[in-house]
Amino acid sequence: MSIVLPGEQVPAQHVNLKLGPGLQQIQTRNDGTSRSAQLIVATRAGSLNHSANGSKWWIESNSRRYVPAAQEPVIGVIAQKQGEGFRVDIGSAHSANLDGLAFEGASKRNKPNLKIGSLVYARVSLAHKDMEPELECFDAQTRKAEGFGELKGGFLVRCSLRMCRQLLDPNHFLLPLLGARFPLEVAVGLNGRVWINSKEAKHIIAITRAIEAADPDGDSLDASGVSTLLNDLDGKMSL
Amino acid sequence: MRPPSPSIPEKEFLFTALKQSLRLDGRQALEIRPIELNFGPELGWVECALGKTRVLAHVDAKMVKPPPERPFEGTISIHSEISPMASSEYEVGRPSEEEVTITRMLDKVIRRSDTVDKESLCILAGQRVWHLRLTIHCLADSGNLLDCACLAGLVALKHFRRPDVEVIGEEVTVHPPTSRAPIPLSLHHTPYCFTFAFFPDTSIPPVLDPNYLEQRLNGGLISIALNAQRELCVVQKSGGVPLVPEDVLKIVDVAVGKAKELDAFVESRLKEDWEGRKVEVR
Repeated sequence: MSIVLPGEQVPAQHVNLKLGPGLQQIQTRNDGTSRSAQLIVATRAGSLNHSANGSKWWIESNSRRYVPAAQEPVIGVIAQKQGEGFRVDIGSAHSANLDGLAFEGASKRNKPNLKIGSLVYARVSLAHKDMEPELECFDAQTRKAEGFGELKGGFLVRCSLRMCRQLLDPNHFLLPLLGARFPLEVAVGLNGRVWINSKEAKHIIAITRAIEAADPDGDSLDASGVSTLLNDLDGKMSL
Repeated sequence: MRPPSPSIPEKEFLFTALKQSLRLDGRQALEIRPIELNFGPELGWVECALGKTRVLAHVDAKMVKPPPERPFEGTISIHSEISPMASSEYEVGRPSEEEVTITRMLDKVIRRSDTVDKESLCILAGQRVWHLRLTIHCLADSGNLLDCACLAGLVALKHFRRPDVEVIGEEVTVHPPTSRAPIPLSLHHTPYCFTFAFFPDTSIPPVLDPNYLEQRLNGGLISIALNAQRELCVVQKSGGVPLVPEDVLKIVDVAVGKAKELDAFVESRLKEDWEGRKVEVR
């Protein structure tokens, strides 16, 4: 693992190369030889990672501003109703479009009724650099919700982008640790927003504070640190 | 484009939690977030943090000719800059209502409450006076920017020391800090600002030092500026929630206690910093 800066060349070589976030291939015409050379260049600062066989390469870094990428799950706030669909704030530079028909079981007659300010869990279906991002709340192949849709109740936690990527990692300590203490529901968006729900308000507050404490952008506590925090909260609020 | 107001679940949860007298950051209703004061290498350079809200205040002084109507008084100007750096809600060149409130409140608390003895800033009557320029940069807004900015501005004034000047006849000599110890400003008193948030649901008690969500979702704010000697300087109420006079008096009582605590804290931090500074006088 090494640290790269934007513009730096990356020694990624594989017959079936797949580039992840932060890497870009540029074609440079080389006049000396007949074939054009292919350069892999970093577009972001961070640590360079690759899979065991070297076929997948990506850059890991932390940031707060979300840049939409296709197929990523995000949590958005309905900002405006617009004709057939909705304008959704997903924390990126531009607000995203969500079609009213992009829900499970939606038809021309039966459209979801989302109020302004509702939360939706959606997937980015289109993220082109020259266009506004588009969202959908179902799997386009099966037309099933697959967990996407409106999020009712609960609370929204804002965290850094690395924190929410870590929460999606099944080996990460935080969610199992919290789940062992009380039942909870969670939806992780990759745009730095995590929706949580639990029966009692104090549990939701405890989860919020645990996520903020474990955030690498905040206190970046480890498993034992979060446990102490939870024990401390337990003493104060009797969870 | 301004970001939309907090979502419905956030709003509902905040109100249910407050009804059970639970705050999102685990504070009591009348508890201030931990305050951090950091002093820069220069005198009059202070970074104040109230939880995640951070403000940088900086004082500098220069000599100017006083206006003819007030030949014996120095002048103070406050420049508060709320840039999009603090939060994406703020835009350059189009101040929001909140920004206007903060700027005017700073003016009331620091300038119009007569904190600085302006006559002590006079060097040569009608010819030369000190002009103090207080610059306030809001670095991060996580609610209650006003209290943080007021505190930072005041501590900066308390921390600042102007160079010593000597007047012989019409001749003015400025002694650099290396030859003569610089002189602290003479301050009449130090008002501290405390903001309380009220909510549309009157069963929720008022909260002190609102955080980001509480600030965005409140039904009314009351800002009280007072000093540790129980002298009220400014009371400002915004928002539509009506208040009973007893409630206001109760809040003032709370603020008096907090002002005393805060004053002791600020004094101890200033003393600590001053002792850490090696000032050489030759």
